[in-house]
Amino acid sequence: MKKKTFAIFVGPSVFMMVLFIAAPLLSVLWQSFHVTQPVYEQVEVEICTPGLLGSVCTTEMKTRPLLNDNGKILTETTFVGLQSYRNVIEPDKLRTAIARGSWRDLMNIRFWSALRFTLVFTILTLPLVLGTGLLIALAVNNTLQRIKGPVIFVSLLPFIITPVIGALSIRWLFLGDGILTAGLEWWLDRDIAMFAQAWTIELMMYIYRVWHVAPFAFVVFYAGLQTVNNDALEAAIIDGATRWQRLRYVIIPHLMPLVIFLTLIHLMDAYRVFEEIVGFSASAHVISLQWLTYEFLLQDGTGARAISRASASAILTMIGIAILLGVPLRRVWREQRGS
Amino acid sequence: MSSSALRQPMSLKALSNGFLAFWCFVAAFPIIWIAVMSFKTPVDAFDSNPFRVIFGPHTRANIGGLSIIDIILGLALAWILVRQAILWLPGKVAEYSPDGRTGIPWLIGGGVYALASLALLVVVLPAALTVLNPLLGPLGTNILGLTTGHYEAVWIDRGFTRNFANSMIVTTGVVMVSLTVGTLAGYGLARSDSVIAFWLLVVALVFRALPHSVLVSGYLPYFITSAEWLAPIFGDGAPTFYGKPWAIIAVLVAINQPFTIWMLRSFFLNIPAELDEAARVDGCSHFGAFRRVIVPVMWPGVITTGLFSFLLAYNDFLVTSLLLDAQNMTMVPAIANMFNRETTASDEVQAIAAAVSITAPLFVLVLVFQRQIVSGLTAGAVKG
Repeated sequence: MKKKTFAIFVGPSVFMMVLFIAAPLLSVLWQSFHVTQPVYEQVEVEICTPGLLGSVCTTEMKTRPLLNDNGKILTETTFVGLQSYRNVIEPDKLRTAIARGSWRDLMNIRFWSALRFTLVFTILTLPLVLGTGLLIALAVNNTLQRIKGPVIFVSLLPFIITPVIGALSIRWLFLGDGILTAGLEWWLDRDIAMFAQAWTIELMMYIYRVWHVAPFAFVVFYAGLQTVNNDALEAAIIDGATRWQRLRYVIIPHLMPLVIFLTLIHLMDAYRVFEEIVGFSASAHVISLQWLTYEFLLQDGTGARAISRASASAILTMIGIAILLGVPLRRVWREQRGS
Repeated sequence: MSSSALRQPMSLKALSNGFLAFWCFVAAFPIIWIAVMSFKTPVDAFDSNPFRVIFGPHTRANIGGLSIIDIILGLALAWILVRQAILWLPGKVAEYSPDGRTGIPWLIGGGVYALASLALLVVVLPAALTVLNPLLGPLGTNILGLTTGHYEAVWIDRGFTRNFANSMIVTTGVVMVSLTVGTLAGYGLARSDSVIAFWLLVVALVFRALPHSVLVSGYLPYFITSAEWLAPIFGDGAPTFYGKPWAIIAVLVAINQPFTIWMLRSFFLNIPAELDEAARVDGCSHFGAFRRVIVPVMWPGVITTGLFSFLLAYNDFLVTSLLLDAQNMTMVPAIANMFNRETTASDEVQAIAAAVSITAPLFVLVLVFQRQIVSGLTAGAVKG
């Protein structure tokens, strides 16, 4: 294909990606070093209150935002260097927390607690998702041909459901005296409030994520199982391999490229954990990095948005995903080069 | 697996099927359960006894419900309708589409059939049953509490129809634009082995990993002030991007592009290059070959990719909640808002009804397109 035709085919897509992905990235970087604020002026105001003997007047210094000709609030943008980053990671509090060796102090800083949760969430759910997906795939592969279709249909439901709604639906099962809370209370014989403390909410988020993504791993593994070489399996049987050994030494190595694929996708997606926080209303107890940025972007009481801090937190989030993906991607890269 | 050596002992089979049954239960339970809850009064919906949730005694006593005969006739009618849809409808559609193009006849036929079925189930059957129930004694008394009140409250009083319309505008726009742009790019990338194409794909993969909040922090200030910085170009008529559905469409299309081009590329790689080369030998340009030879055979891949674009736009919370105003809110952020306010128990069940309303179209989607969804999920993985 000639360069020009290629450019025309790819052009619109590249244009969209440059305008709406690459350009915003640059602007986020720029915003994280600058702060846009209303310009304030100090004015002397005389406030008079009617008293018994004529009015009593006091003068006060007041700050008020400057208005421009159209009556809009005048803003100015200043370069602040790393100040926004400092506001996000709060190095002073971090230092005291480390000096005192207090984990609790560290977790009181929103950024560090968000980072802690996001990383634990990403790493912990990975083996659970892969394991559950593989188990379902093996079980479906093993079952009657007739019920495979319906089973795949049911399995796709948790995957396809809107994440916020999925989280909400699990929340509703536990809400108040919801049946699952009641069931757990009956089983453990103690009072349970699933939404009162951080660790139960966190646990539910892990369970929800595995429920939500395991079907994807299942479908991918199931497709992989269809291409397992039967000759290799039979050879293994002749060599006296047990069922477990066949799984361990024939089937799993065959699925290894898929494991890497799923790991990469899972790292990308789980690191973005966000909808769970909305669905479980967890923001008072547990937050994630995406939620931190989201919170800065929301309007505060005065209608202002902390754009600069949001940008700083976004850049830090991005550095995190780069490090997280860097390790497995470099391995894939080397293998590709090697082969 | 034909070999007898691969036969499994009974215990293993039982274990694996038992696990499968357990998984199916876990997968479906939350969804089925909120569907059940949405038809009950709050007292029943949040009862700790599951049987009271299912049978809804409070709902039955205060609002009404279904009798045995209602349930039997309802299920029978539904079963007949589904059977007819599978056995009779395809033939009828084929009859009215002589040239083999079944797209539009399916749309019309399916739409008419769905509407007729709905009318039968919701209007004709209940009318007949109000006459029939009193005549049948014990069979005609209500045993299952059921109320559609929460759905009426959500859709009519709370204006969820507007949110639904907004969702439809955004999803349709995203699917159309993202497929048009993505198909061209996917084809170009599949048929080019240049270094640029390779790097484009790598960069797209990097973009795929970006958290969406990063991008939104890039857009938000510019979207809010767009009327100001566009004023030099467009004058006073400069649009504000913030809150506009078409701006959201552009954003979601761009966010979805990396995934779309990767997926479509893998589908185009499966279409043999000899096909368009033959057309080119016959004197077609690249575009002519694309239009005459590739377009007719590309639909399976395009439909699959379209499904995933639809899901992304339909399920999105982060982008829509930050960039749309209350007027143009789509369904998912709307329900989260509804729910984050101080709520009474009855609001809570209304939110559940809204959640079920959002999930129902997805349910139908999986029912109809199961095969395409599975092939889409595996496309990236198996073919690399």
